[in-house]
Amino acid sequence: MAGKGGVGKTTVSAALAHAAALSGLSILVVEVEGRSGLPAMFGQGELSYDEVVLSPGGGPAGAADVRARTLTADAALLEYLRDHGLSRLSRRLVSSGALDVVATAAPGIKDILLLGKVKQLERAGAADLIVLDAPAAGHAIAFLQAARSLLDTVSVGPINAQARDVLELLEDHRRCQVVLVTIPEETPVNEAVETAFSLEDRVGVGLGPIVVNGVVGELPGLDVDPGVAAERAGVTLRPGEPEALAAAASFRRGRMALQAEQIGRLEAQLPLPQLRLPFLFTTDIGPPDLDVLAQALLAGIDALAGLPL
Amino acid sequence: MSSAETPPAGALDEGDRLDDVVTQRSIVVCCGSGGVGKTTVAAVVALEGARRGRKTVVVTIDPARRLADALGLAGLTDTPSPIEGDWPGELWATMLDTRSTFDALVGKYAATPEQAERILANPFYRNIAGALSGTQEYMAMEKLYELHEETDFDLVVVDTPPTRHALDFLDAPRRLSRFLEHRLFRMLMAPGRGIVRAVNVAAQAFLRTVSKVVGGEVVDDAIAFFQAFEGMEEGFRQRAARVNELLAAPETAFVLVASPRRDTVAEAHFFVDRLGEAGIAVQGLVVNRVHPSFGAGLGEAAAERARTLDGTELGGLYRNLADYRTVSARELAHLGGLADAVAPAPVVWVPFLSTDVHDIAGMGGLAPHLFSR
Repeated sequence: MAGKGGVGKTTVSAALAHAAALSGLSILVVEVEGRSGLPAMFGQGELSYDEVVLSPGGGPAGAADVRARTLTADAALLEYLRDHGLSRLSRRLVSSGALDVVATAAPGIKDILLLGKVKQLERAGAADLIVLDAPAAGHAIAFLQAARSLLDTVSVGPINAQARDVLELLEDHRRCQVVLVTIPEETPVNEAVETAFSLEDRVGVGLGPIVVNGVVGELPGLDVDPGVAAERAGVTLRPGEPEALAAAASFRRGRMALQAEQIGRLEAQLPLPQLRLPFLFTTDIGPPDLDVLAQALLAGIDALAGLPL
Repeated sequence: MSSAETPPAGALDEGDRLDDVVTQRSIVVCCGSGGVGKTTVAAVVALEGARRGRKTVVVTIDPARRLADALGLAGLTDTPSPIEGDWPGELWATMLDTRSTFDALVGKYAATPEQAERILANPFYRNIAGALSGTQEYMAMEKLYELHEETDFDLVVVDTPPTRHALDFLDAPRRLSRFLEHRLFRMLMAPGRGIVRAVNVAAQAFLRTVSKVVGGEVVDDAIAFFQAFEGMEEGFRQRAARVNELLAAPETAFVLVASPRRDTVAEAHFFVDRLGEAGIAVQGLVVNRVHPSFGAGLGEAAAERARTLDGTELGGLYRNLADYRTVSARELAHLGGLADAVAPAPVVWVPFLSTDVHDIAGMGGLAPHLFSR
């Protein structure tokens, strides 16, 4: 999952995880930046390096678990060195801040440690679907490009092998796809288009459908004068209400006109199928909201199923 | 002003606006999490400075293209260029170039031009600007210091990088010092300095490990870098200390930018706390993307009518009003605590805008939300 800050990348990761779990696929959400809003959406506390269950499966429909964990480059390096028989040095390497030095010597090494760990989880069959909540915006490109850049810098050894494996995963469109998230506003749409082309050209990664988050839905009566609508419904409005109803309707129509323009622009500039998620009138996404978003995703995916991807 | 543009009814007291920040201070740092509109707020604050007759410069980081065009930053440049306009003061803009800011710093503290050249040509050094975490944040502060100390701008407005760890600049000088004075480098260079053999053994074990992981060439570059850098650490450290002093000085104002959602408000609280630990008080809070409430009625009352009238046009109209009143009330609930946390700093609201801000006129249109006239 990749997208500009503020477009709801984590919300969409949570919704996709929930949707997949409802379909019976076991899910692991991987978070790499710390302080994620993800667990709160499932009504849970903080994530840790150890896996936690965010929402248990079961139920009549046979839903699967949604699990999640945080990955950090430091912890991944420790684990990597331990697995390669270097545990004696590993702790000192990390505690002395030497990882910073190594990471500066070979930029992208932290990203490769994280992506290498994700690849290892995938190979080990940790879940049917792994959702990686990637770093925001431009960082996502650098993050995914790390494998290719490192191959140029580091020509031998375990990091080279790791980078090769990661590149193989990224380029295998059946194993891995990037889902971009945007909202129907000008700057986010521009950035999504640029990011999509950069990812394809520079990383060679496959792109899934693009998720357009925060689409304000249609309602009946928005273009009807409240006085007329009241008359038709046989209701009397209280003082002040016609003005409030009219102003609110005009505001929503304005937002809807703008978003239609931006969705059209996105369609014209980016030949990717779109999955649209409704704008939710809340400030705190919780389990009931995830239900709404997951159903919208599933409906959208069903609608796309007939199209060639 | 239409009703859609007024702050939500029952909102926090409309107290002072950010006038003092642009008229009384000489530095404004805009901080906040990604996607909340920091860059735009920085540009609006700078424009207001120019309108109040001050010679102002805004340092932006990765602005959206149309805003960059509006600020005359289409071609990448790290020297300020003036923006022509009808205001009594001056408005200049520049885009942060982490690499060249760092290069200038190296040039400043190198003992000889040859030392600077050796460092600038080193492959390991060339990675520092792009790869060492916190460097971009630190260089934004370095640029601010440089513009404040070495030019005649009355007001320097700086945007902060759009990373989740946007406050890394508070730690970055320390982190960079620690990096440059790393004990391990002392060990790496130990053979030439006659330190006891036990240390050499440890250093060599470290080197072997790193070489195994990333290859020997990379390690050679790193050693060459630290040898070239020898003697410059102290200058860097003193400079970093002065930058941090300036950030905490009364002439500097931190303006926090947030949007009224749970996660960004939580992040904003974290910012307030972290700044507080560094002895820095937030001097203003800008809340972007606030939904209008369309009067003082309760969302639940409108929702009740929507349910009764479900399926009719009037039902749709009530549903819509209920949507906005409900989200507005939730936003206010989140923001109340944040306003308390930054008190007595002024809190200003910017409503959801109908278009992106990508020209000087658009920035001017935002000003009434931030400043009194």
